[in-house]
Amino acid sequence: MTADIAAILAIDGIATGAVYALVAIGTVLIFTVTRVIFIPFGDIAAFTALTLAALDARQLPGTVGLVVVLACMATVMEAVSLARAGELRSVPKAVLGYLVLPLIVVGIVWLTMRFNPPMPVRIVLALLLIMPISPLLDRIVFRPIADASVLLLLTVSVALHFALVGLGLLFFGPEGVRTEPLTSMAIEIAGVHVSGQTVLILTAALVFSGLLFAFFDFTLVGKALRATALNRTGARLMGIRPARAGTIAYLLGSLMAGVSGVLIAPVNTIFYDSGFLLGLKAFVGAIIGGMTSYPGAALGAFGVGLLESFASFQSSTLKDVIVFSLLIPVLLWRSLASQHSEEEVEE
Amino acid sequence: MRKMLGLTTLIAGLVVASTAQADITVGFVTSLSGPGSSIGIPYGRGIQAAMEYKSEVNGEKIKLIQLDDGSDPSAATRNARKLIEEEKVDLLIGTATTPSTIAMMGVATELKVPFIAVSPLSGQPNPADQWAISVPQPASLLVKVVADRMKRDAMKNIGYIGFSDAWGDLVYNGAKAVEAEDGIKVLTNERYARVDTSVTGQILKVLAVRPDAVLIGGSGTQGALPLLALGERGFKGKTYGTVALVNPDFVRVGGKAAEGIQVSAGPVIVAEQLPDSHFAKKLALEFRAAFLKANNVPTTDGFSAYSFDGWRIFTSAAERALKTAKPGTVEFRKALRDEILATKELSGVHAVYNFKPGAYHGVDERALVIVRLNNGAWTYEP
Repeated sequence: MTADIAAILAIDGIATGAVYALVAIGTVLIFTVTRVIFIPFGDIAAFTALTLAALDARQLPGTVGLVVVLACMATVMEAVSLARAGELRSVPKAVLGYLVLPLIVVGIVWLTMRFNPPMPVRIVLALLLIMPISPLLDRIVFRPIADASVLLLLTVSVALHFALVGLGLLFFGPEGVRTEPLTSMAIEIAGVHVSGQTVLILTAALVFSGLLFAFFDFTLVGKALRATALNRTGARLMGIRPARAGTIAYLLGSLMAGVSGVLIAPVNTIFYDSGFLLGLKAFVGAIIGGMTSYPGAALGAFGVGLLESFASFQSSTLKDVIVFSLLIPVLLWRSLASQHSEEEVEE
Repeated sequence: MRKMLGLTTLIAGLVVASTAQADITVGFVTSLSGPGSSIGIPYGRGIQAAMEYKSEVNGEKIKLIQLDDGSDPSAATRNARKLIEEEKVDLLIGTATTPSTIAMMGVATELKVPFIAVSPLSGQPNPADQWAISVPQPASLLVKVVADRMKRDAMKNIGYIGFSDAWGDLVYNGAKAVEAEDGIKVLTNERYARVDTSVTGQILKVLAVRPDAVLIGGSGTQGALPLLALGERGFKGKTYGTVALVNPDFVRVGGKAAEGIQVSAGPVIVAEQLPDSHFAKKLALEFRAAFLKANNVPTTDGFSAYSFDGWRIFTSAAERALKTAKPGTVEFRKALRDEILATKELSGVHAVYNFKPGAYHGVDERALVIVRLNNGAWTYEP
């Protein structure tokens, strides 16, 4: 391997890593706030790509159906649980949050589609359509078992992933899609060709990580989220509702996954079931960060991207084996070096 | 009582009617639903076109019964049994997916009914008990024709990149088999998964051996990924592939990077461009006309043409079988089987067919032409 080849592989690895990093940060965000290891995160990214492709093709995306179905289910569940608790006064507010808001998003998409919007608008529409899915899934699937063990939450999360893949096939069909490139320009850095898309992916990863950092450090909601992540009971005592913090975490996480989906769609063909491997590799990155640290998750994800890139050069057949084998020493080191968290202990 | 009488008369009438006519009955099974439907539907349209093209043999009308197997082998088995035992078909044609086709072949062999498969079959049948033949070109032939073209183009060192699954293996093994006897050398065996996001690593490895040409063992849209990576690295050599790439999405995604790729495909893909002397030209144009008439849409695929060729094999064999036996009898089925297996130099829109006992496939190099992607359209490359 010459220096040239190493440089090309490194750039490619960083671009792939940046996509994983966005998903990994979202995974960590949701895990710390809600204790759910959200396996379907890669699916959310893939669905964004599929939604964008459908919008590009001037079709109403299948996501619309998904959002409407989920919104109706979540509203019914919320109304029933409120009625049981005797809090009928809160029902209109719940209907507003779980039914009206998602339907407004669907309405906006439906109306805007008539005017053949330009590419940036389509991207925003795709992101808007994707954002309600995880919070609604949270309400339907995870809220009723919010106090269960992490293992149970993980099991449910895996089941949810398979359900989503099935729904993806139903709503998007079996064909793969690829969207138009966001930019076709290319630059040369020290004799190495770097495509505009790579620059864009890297920029987006940095910008969104920066925004997240600012959000946690400088806003009240961000601080409330951090408080929930540190200690749910303590946060609740301070008047922070963990359920609401969870919803915000899911919204933010969906945005990250959505952005990575938009960025990867022009680089690679996305199928309804492409999300799993994407989510799994991001998950490996998140594990390297110990599932608690954002910079750790981002670094881990970049590491996975780089490793994958170099591994595919060394032996394309064993590429995934190399990436996933990396987990073993990392897990060993993690479990030996770090203190076990107090989280599982009864508070 | 009157009602009863009416019913009896009706049944009696039906029995008389069905014994009086001596139509040839054909059972056709395809996947109109399920994951195989994207090719099952073209198969169905192809058979409609074939019916439009020729619906009687020697004055005997052909009766076609079409059933959907939902891409499910057990449904295909049930359909085959139903067609043979209840409808007393003289011949079975089917179906879109290979597992279902093999399931149907089992029933046809057991109940001794000739079977024309429109999916590729592998292995070698026992000549004494062979009731099935297969219409499409086998994958090994697809690769061999491409390899011959590489040799003709004086390519010596070939880089290979393909899917890390059975299709990738098939193309690679095909290329390796040709290497053993011819002058070309396949230097790399790089693979990628269908869900991979980047093949830069593999492409660098391919380019490191400085190949004259690169062979792609992918399919559909994702087959364009190596081409895009090659384009990015400024590869100037030739690229080759198989018919698995012939798909509108591949052309759209591959764009400029896919330009100039040469693939092996059935002649029907480029019917209009074939020289008048080509065996498939006149027939392919007739097939297109019949297809348009039967389905009200033009053909754009190669699959419907397999049904059409299957029909041609059947009708030509039926002409000869009718001389010895009457349709609807055991003797006719046997005669039809023997005549299908004795097909000699029968031209279709995909190939010139020569069947013999002991082999499912009956096509040779004439079944494939090389087409090249020029300005987003496939052009015939003699």
